[in-house]
Amino acid sequence: MFSPASLIRKLGHATVERIWRLGFAARFFVAILRLSGTSFRRLPLTLREIYFSGVLSLLIILVSGLFVGLVLGLQGFETLQRYGSTEALGVLVALSLTRELGPVVAALLFASRAGSSVTAEIGLMKATEQLKAMDMMAVNPIARVVAPRFWGGVVAMPLLAAMFSAMGVLGGWLIGVVFIGVDDGAFWSQMQAGVDWRYDVWNGVIKSFVFGIAVSLIAVFEGYDSVPTAEGVSRAITRTVVTSALTILALDFVLTSFMFRGAS
Amino acid sequence: MNRTVLDLWVGFFVALGIAALLFLALKVGNLSSAHMSETYVLQAKFDNIGGLKVRGPVKSAGVVVGRIAEIKFDPVSYEAVVTLNVDGRYQFPKDTFASIYTAGLLGEQYVGLDVGGDEKMLKAGDTIAKTQSAVVLEKMISQFLFSKAADGQDKK
Repeated sequence: MFSPASLIRKLGHATVERIWRLGFAARFFVAILRLSGTSFRRLPLTLREIYFSGVLSLLIILVSGLFVGLVLGLQGFETLQRYGSTEALGVLVALSLTRELGPVVAALLFASRAGSSVTAEIGLMKATEQLKAMDMMAVNPIARVVAPRFWGGVVAMPLLAAMFSAMGVLGGWLIGVVFIGVDDGAFWSQMQAGVDWRYDVWNGVIKSFVFGIAVSLIAVFEGYDSVPTAEGVSRAITRTVVTSALTILALDFVLTSFMFRGAS
Repeated sequence: MNRTVLDLWVGFFVALGIAALLFLALKVGNLSSAHMSETYVLQAKFDNIGGLKVRGPVKSAGVVVGRIAEIKFDPVSYEAVVTLNVDGRYQFPKDTFASIYTAGLLGEQYVGLDVGGDEKMLKAGDTIAKTQSAVVLEKMISQFLFSKAADGQDKK
């Protein structure tokens, strides 16, 4: 059973399986892009998905953003106080949020809140053979079901990340200025001097857009590729959350090294 | 096609997202103040630029009048060539002095333009002739120590 040969065979099988899935995912991505005309011609389809993945994620995103901002404000103040530069609290909070925490944490929350539900929906549609039924009626399930969900996620993600960052900055302001008593003018003016629109804010938006594409693709792909049983769908949902989280963090490293290398 | 409650929610969501982006751009970032519509290029050669960085500020009388666009090393004269993007609204005389200063004790370094009295103005692409390099702390300390030591010997 555990002979070396069978171990190597299993390893090889797993590797080939992964690469096979990766290739299928790439082809699936191209198919979504090619068949996404329907999502824009029949806008209500996409709007419905923006509602489900965007509007319904509002609460978790706004509340988490606020709390992350509050914690950043508290911790930042603790550390900056030692160097007598508490006015820099605004820069600290705003830069951490717009560059990293906003896009990354919002994407992680988005993957577990919206991505998992998209996977579950598509997986159950597959398990109950609704996708096959659509095919029978000459309705392409990728155009009708998958593409709108993909685009809904891609549209919702940057907006959610921006709200997360904005909420976080307000949270940092609340702790720093209202509760602790850092000077209000210094807080905002240092922030405005230290945060560059193009360099910091816009790069954060690009990041969240890339994360939106990655998370949405993983969510719809895992749902579409799931084993059509109760167990298979539950595994697909787990895989969505795990793969999304890993992809987000890895992509974040790659994007950061491209965007924020060298100059200050 | 009729309007639905769903459309209202999506509209609300998109509006909120755009509001957050605007907040980040205008209140958190400095889109309103860092707006330099037209810039022209000046060059300055320094013996030593210290810790000067690309995108650092160019200041005159303490006001930001431009940004550092590029820093290169000239292999012929062994000097650092700093390219400055200066705001098109401001003109500087030919004998402007470019120096590298440090903001505060530990702050970032920037290029300061000290204006001279020449009638002619610098044009786009010109090179600032008079420059002063960054102050290197080690050099200053060693100079100070050597002069102290020399003082001590004089007194003997």
